[in-house]
Formats: sequence, C-alpha cells, structure tokens
Amino acid sequence: MGGIQNNSKKSFKPFPWFRVVCLIPLLVWIFVLLVGPHVQLFVISFIKNRHPEEGFYLGNYIRFFSEPLYWRIFVRTAIYAIVTTFFTLSICYPAAFFLAKMAKGRWKLGLILLVVLPFWISELVRTYSWMIMLRETGVINWIMVSLGVFSKPIEMLYNDYAIFVGLSYASMLYMLLPIYGVLDGLDDTLIEAAQDLGASRWTILWEVVWPHSLPGVTAGCIIVFMLTLGNYLTPTLMGGKNSLYFTETIYNQFIVSWNWNQGSAFGFLLLLLSGLFVWLGLKFTGQKLTEVVR
Amino acid sequence: MSKKPGSSTSLKTIYIIYFIAFLLFLFVPLIINGILAFNSDEVPSFPWRGATFGWFYSSSEDQVGVLNDARMIRAIGASFRVAGMVTLLSLLAGTTSSFLFVRENFWGKQALYFAIIAPLVIPGVILGISILVFFNGIIGGLKATFGPDLARPIVRALRPGSLLVILGQFSFIGTIATLVISARLRKFPIELEEAAMDLGSSRWGAIFSVTVPYLFPALLSAGILAFLLSFENFATTLFLIGPKPTLPIFLYSRLRFFITPEINAISVILMAGTALLGLLSMTMRGRAEVG
Amino acid sequence: MATSEIDVQVENLTKKFGDFTAVDKVSFSVPRGSFFSLLGPSGCGKTTILRMISGFETPTYGDVYIGGERVNEIPPNRRRTNLVFQNLALFPLKSVFENVAFGLRRRNVPRGEIRERVQKMLERVGLPGFENKAIHQLSGGQKQRVAIARCLVLEPTVLLLDEPLGALDLKLREHMKLELKKLQHRVGTTFIYITHDQGEAMTMSDQIAVMLRGRIVQIGAPEGLYNSPATSFVAAFVGDSNRLQGRVLSRHNKRVNVGVGPLEVEGVSQPGLEGESDALIFVRPQNVLIGSEADPIPEGYQAFPGLVREGIFEGAVSNYIVELAEGYQIKVVVPQASHVKAFSVEDRVQVAWSPDDTFCFSTEELGDITMSVGQE
Repeated sequence: MGGIQNNSKKSFKPFPWFRVVCLIPLLVWIFVLLVGPHVQLFVISFIKNRHPEEGFYLGNYIRFFSEPLYWRIFVRTAIYAIVTTFFTLSICYPAAFFLAKMAKGRWKLGLILLVVLPFWISELVRTYSWMIMLRETGVINWIMVSLGVFSKPIEMLYNDYAIFVGLSYASMLYMLLPIYGVLDGLDDTLIEAAQDLGASRWTILWEVVWPHSLPGVTAGCIIVFMLTLGNYLTPTLMGGKNSLYFTETIYNQFIVSWNWNQGSAFGFLLLLLSGLFVWLGLKFTGQKLTEVVR
Repeated sequence: MSKKPGSSTSLKTIYIIYFIAFLLFLFVPLIINGILAFNSDEVPSFPWRGATFGWFYSSSEDQVGVLNDARMIRAIGASFRVAGMVTLLSLLAGTTSSFLFVRENFWGKQALYFAIIAPLVIPGVILGISILVFFNGIIGGLKATFGPDLARPIVRALRPGSLLVILGQFSFIGTIATLVISARLRKFPIELEEAAMDLGSSRWGAIFSVTVPYLFPALLSAGILAFLLSFENFATTLFLIGPKPTLPIFLYSRLRFFITPEINAISVILMAGTALLGLLSMTMRGRAEVG
Repeated sequence: MATSEIDVQVENLTKKFGDFTAVDKVSFSVPRGSFFSLLGPSGCGKTTILRMISGFETPTYGDVYIGGERVNEIPPNRRRTNLVFQNLALFPLKSVFENVAFGLRRRNVPRGEIRERVQKMLERVGLPGFENKAIHQLSGGQKQRVAIARCLVLEPTVLLLDEPLGALDLKLREHMKLELKKLQHRVGTTFIYITHDQGEAMTMSDQIAVMLRGRIVQIGAPEGLYNSPATSFVAAFVGDSNRLQGRVLSRHNKRVNVGVGPLEVEGVSQPGLEGESDALIFVRPQNVLIGSEADPIPEGYQAFPGLVREGIFEGAVSNYIVELAEGYQIKVVVPQASHVKAFSVEDRVQVAWSPDDTFCFSTEELGDITMSVGQE
C-alpha cells in the first residue's frame, strides 16, 4: 500500500503539462549541448581536413599513432595526471584525517571553511599566485638571494616540477573533500574497538581506516585525474616550451593549425582516456557514477 | 570522551605541524599575491618599495590601475553578462530538471540522469571543442538549406561568441545546479504542498507559498555557485570565445606577455568577491541542511 | 449532539491503482457533529478513502457528497474539508501564527480578522501566546494542536484526521486521545478519523467503520462492535478476545456445539458458519467467570475445569491465564475488589461463560491476516 500511495503522491503536478514543460529544457540541454556535440566530435574525427567529400577517413587517428610526437605527449600527459593524482592523494590524506578525526567542534568547522576558501577563487588567480612565487624575479628567488642561499636568481617556473606544484595545487580540494567525507563518517568506536582488541596504530590505519576510506579515495582520484588531464591553464602558464601538454596540442590543432578534424580526433582520444580511467576506478571499487558525484 | 586514535601528544604535535604546513601551502601564495597588489614596484615581487593603491585606480602611463584599464573593465563586463546568463539558465534548467528527477517517474529517467551528470567527468576542453564543432556543423547545415544570405542573422549568433560561451558553460554548470537543487527538493515532504492545497491554495499557489521558500537556500547557493564557476571558467570558454574576451581569457593573454601588479590588484578584487559569495553560499547550504 | 443531518456521504466509492483495488464499493454516511472513525490494519484502504474525501484522489467510480453536494470534480482547495496529515505537514519555515493563518490568507480574510481568529483558535486548542514560535520549537503534542488549529480556523464542514497520533509516544498518545475527543465535543465539527489502533477508535468515536482489504466489514457504535461483532475479523480486531479453533459437531437452531481439542464448547452460530465446518470461537475475557471447583455455576453457563498458569495483577483488574487442556488456554479478566477471591499459579479452578457470549464464525474470512492483526 505504501508504495502505491507514494506513486500517486508523486503524480501531483502543478498543471497537466508540467512534465512536458520540465522535460523540454532537459532534452534540449542533453541533446543540443551534450549528445549532439559529442557525436559530431566523433563524426568529424573520421573526416579528412578540408576534404569531407572523401568520406570515412582514419588518417587522423593513424597520424596520432604514427607520429611519435603526438603519442609521446599523450603518454606524458597521462603520466603527469597519474603522478599528480598520487601526489595530491599523499598530501591530502593526512590533512583529511586531521580534519575528520582530530579537529573538533568549532575548530573543525572553521578549518574546513578555511581549506575550502582558496578553491572558490579563480583558477587563474591561483596559478598566477604561484607564477609570481616561482618566477626568476619572483618572491622565492628574492628571499633566497636576500638570505644568500642563492648567489643569483634561478628560474623555477617553466619546468616539470612547477607543473606538478601547479596541478596539485589546482586540484587539492577535490581530493580532500571526498576523503574527509568518508573519514568523518567512520565511527570512532570502530577505531577504539580495534585499539581495545590490541591493534597497533599502523594495523588500525591499514585494516580499519584505509579500507573504510576507499570510496572517498576513489572519488577523489577520479576527479583529480580527470581535472588534471583536462587542465590547460596550468601547463601552458607554468610549463616550459618543450613540455607540451596534450590539451595544448588540441588547442594548436583547433586554433593554430585550423585542423579541426585532427583536433577532434585528439579530443576524442583524451575523452577516451579520461573515460577509461573513470570506468576503471569505478569498476575497481564497485561504485556507481551516480554515487560518486554526491 | 575516550582516547582518540593517535592521541599521544608527540604524534598530535606532528599532525598539527603538518596541517599548519598544509594551510601555509594553500594560503601563502594567495596572501603574497594580495600583498604585492599594494607594492609600488612595477614587478610584482619584493623588495617593498612603498605602499600604493595605484594598481587599483591610477591612470598614469607607467601605472595603469584596474579601474582605468578600459580593456580590463570591458572584460569584467563581459564576464558579468555571461555569468548572469549562465546563472539564470542553470537555475531554470536546474529547477525544472530537479522536479522531473525527484517527483516524476518515466521511461528513460535513469539514462537522462546519467546524461546530465556525465559533464562532471568530461574535461572542460572537450566540452568546449565539441560544442564548437557541433554549432559549426549547424551553421554549415543552415547555409546549405537556406542559402548564405537568409541564414546570416542566425549564423552570426551561432559563431564563437557570447551565446556559445554561455551555452558551453551552462552545459556543465547546469549539472551542478541540478545536483544542489535536487538534493534539497528530495528532502521536501510532499505533504506540505498537499497541506497548502487543502487549506485553499491553488496548485501554483502551493508551489510559490511553500515549495519555493523551502528551496530558496538551495536556489541561492546554486546560483552563487553557478555565478562563480562561470566567472572563473577558462578551459571551456577558451574555444568558444569571440571578439569579446571574458576576464579569465583576457588575464590569460595578459599573463603570457607582461605582468604588472595590476593583475595582483584584480586578484585582490576577485579574491574578496569570491570569498564573500562563497561564504554566503556555504552558510546558505548549512541552513538548508538544518531547516 | 448528533442530528439527522448528514455531512459526509460516500456511495459505492471505489479506487483502483492499476489492477489493485485499494477501495472496493464503500458506502457510509457521517451525521453532522459526530466523530466517525475508519479502523483497519495498514493497507486496508482507509487512507485512500480519506484522500478521496479531501480531493487528492479521484474515485475510479462512486461518489462523494459533502454537505449534500456531490464533490467528485471539485479540487481539494475548494472543498470544505480540511485534513490533518499523518506527519502533520506543518510548514517548517513559517511561524505558528503563519501556519494557522495560511488558509485565511488564501481566502483574503482582512488582516485584523485573521489576527483575531488565529488568536482565538490557538486559545481554543490550548496554545495561547504561541503565535511567534517556530515550528521546530514545539513539542510533539503542541505540533499536533497547531495542525488541528490550522484546519479548524477555516471552520470546515468536516475535519479529516489521518492517524495524527501515530508519531507520538505512548503516554502522550493516551493523553491526546482524550484531548481530541474533548476538542471535538467543544467545537462540534464533524471529525473523520483514521487509525489502525482499535483503542483510539473505541475511546473517541461515535461510529466506527471497520475495514479490511478495501471493504467495510462492519459499521457501528463502539459498544455494538464490541458486543456483537459481525465477522471474525471484527471480533479479533476490536477489543481483546480469546480465540479458539475447532470443528462444528452439531447444531440446533442458532446454537452450535464445537469440538475444540478434547473440549466441547457451545456458542451462537454467526452468519457464514455452515454445516460441519471448521469454526473460530471468540469469547471476551471479561465475559468469563472464574471460581473454585466447588463454586456453583450460574444458570445456562458452560463450565470447564482448569489450571491457573499465570496471574497478572494490574491494579483495577486481574488477568488470569487458565489452561483448560494441553494447548488450550483462556484469558480471564476479573475486576479487582476486596470480595473477589484471588487465585495463584497452579491453583485448580473452574471457568464458565455463557453460550450467548460465545461467537462462532467460519474460518474463511481470517486467513493469512489473522496473525498480523493480533500483533498490531
């Protein structure tokens, strides 16, 4: 009975065409802004640039695999993203643990607010802040030279380390929050019970805390990996001339070479890689996308 | 309260030090960025060469302040317009979609839900280029069907420019608005609407007098979130932008060529504005969870 | 109190959800000013009836009349009924005053009058001065009263209540039962009350309709249902009963003899019990006498020897569980008084009751639901 009544209650509408009126914007959104564009991206990646009349064309993909330049950038980008993900995880996990299990009451709330605050700020401002820290004429160099540690300024921007710092900084919150969420939900009595049963600190961490936090870790890793893989701003502003990022090659194909077909193929490959990782992450921990986004 | 894990004092000290270091890592760059907005040196770095507010409003040749930088002001204006539209669209679509997902049952609902959360795992660059190629395809189709002259007014709107930027940003910001609003709507006891009707409200009256006030914190929170996300969006916008750059695009092109503390000044303005809106949104969400 | 005027009448009311018939050809009428209860286990369709009267569901067929007017097509906001929801559905963001004033505002009642009527109403339900309180500041019982005040202030023809005491704890529920009855008496509004708790229905109602599987099994005053249940379901559901199962051995006119294990019990055959079939026997514990083996048996009573298995003393009454034969126990309730003899466990006793107080039903109506009803 309960179920039946719930259904009948749900059918309560402000007017008869309510469902249709709500459905129209949703369908437009999905088909015009999501499905259509991605289908088109897929389609034109199989068309030869400036020669659409030739029909189905695999050249854009063949070019990717035959020219080492492209797939090397691709692989390097993936490695950057993986390394950044692990780096972020290792920095954020202890911080999340501190917030969830050691900070209390007002402090806890205040600290969370404090941690979240920087991420409301524009990504560009955040990247710029690091640029003026690391530049040859930047703040760190000024300090080091003033203290006499460096004899003359060193360029710390425009290299791989700078990119890692920038990428990690950009995505830290997305690692921190999901892990904090699951750790906060971990009942303290569970830890106490383990202590009571004679478990050492490390055993507790490994046998109780870590398994419990896995869903949050997965969610965090997926989001950070995806954000890093698709990042354009940080690598272009902080990376060197010869550490090209895959999103930059897409940009170059679209805006510089004006070869949209090639760019679409690259874009599709990036989407595939990102999707593959998300899928693997979910599969690995047996979660659903709809749960992870919560 | 009994013993917490790792409650031995030495470990706790290490933890506190770690967390402080973590906070420093988060805040030092931002704080220094802010401080340097008030340094009169032309290079945003130390040493300190005296305090100035010039980077905010000066109009002299060698020290152009934000308020007197016409291109900067134009970019800010463009960002406001785009963010306003994106916020409006996101709230509208977010609300209607939430009602659909929370209140209705229909065939294919799960698939549609999956489709709208997908943008969360699609890189922004991809969203940008896919919308670019799709609308370019539509332009091609329109020209072929109606001839270049008839199609011109529509074609102009569909070229890279404000409309595409708005649509592109909306494609994923709408998702976030939907998630925030539907989470609140899901908690709404439907009996409240029935009670309002039982007491004499019309169907619309019930929605406006009971449901909308209930959703208000979520709507405000989603609106602020949408506005901020739109205002700072870079990756998607980059591919869809026309001749009028938004602020992030404008700053990006500036950064690649020359850097003056004027950028620190606009950073300070942005940081203050976002912190304010962000806190407002957080308190709203907090209230939404209590009420 | 009750006049002959009818406030609510339903005729052949039926509601189907797909293949499932939630309400099946239900008819009843509620006289003005009376307290009418729909009683039944959860899932019997009582809430659906209420929702059809208030206008949230449309009948599949059948009619609803309010104040003599057919209202099938009238939406809930234009019916002169008001509903107190199971979870009360108070508007959480509005104050007590705004909650009570809500309906008056929809009717464009002048401000001054709204203030006056709300004030008066809050006084009436025992919440004077609560106007500016927020809903979350109220206790369960106070919320209850606000929900009722919010409806009564509109002076509805009939007030519908959907298990409004369900969310309260036991003690408060007992208290609110009496409060509600007093309130109804005071305002004189017709109440239609839904519950699965027979105690609530018995305490408050003028008339009770007992429902099972979408149908009304019996309508009557509480005493009527208690003293002459029409079916085994009513006998089992309303009030406390001893229930024995057996088989008809013989019958003469309205009387039947039923074999219950080694015993033979005489009782009144109820409609539906035919031939030599299985039978369910109901005897109210209050109608059973208990005495020593030597005590005289009243005229016309049937007596059985037994052994006291349990004695529970509850102040005003004593309950005994007496074993008549292995596996056949009977509960006896006797008023506690100085002249009444008390028994203790293992005492040999004699129990007796009149065949007139023994209802014998066919076993068909109570099938799978018997167990769940007993535990409600």
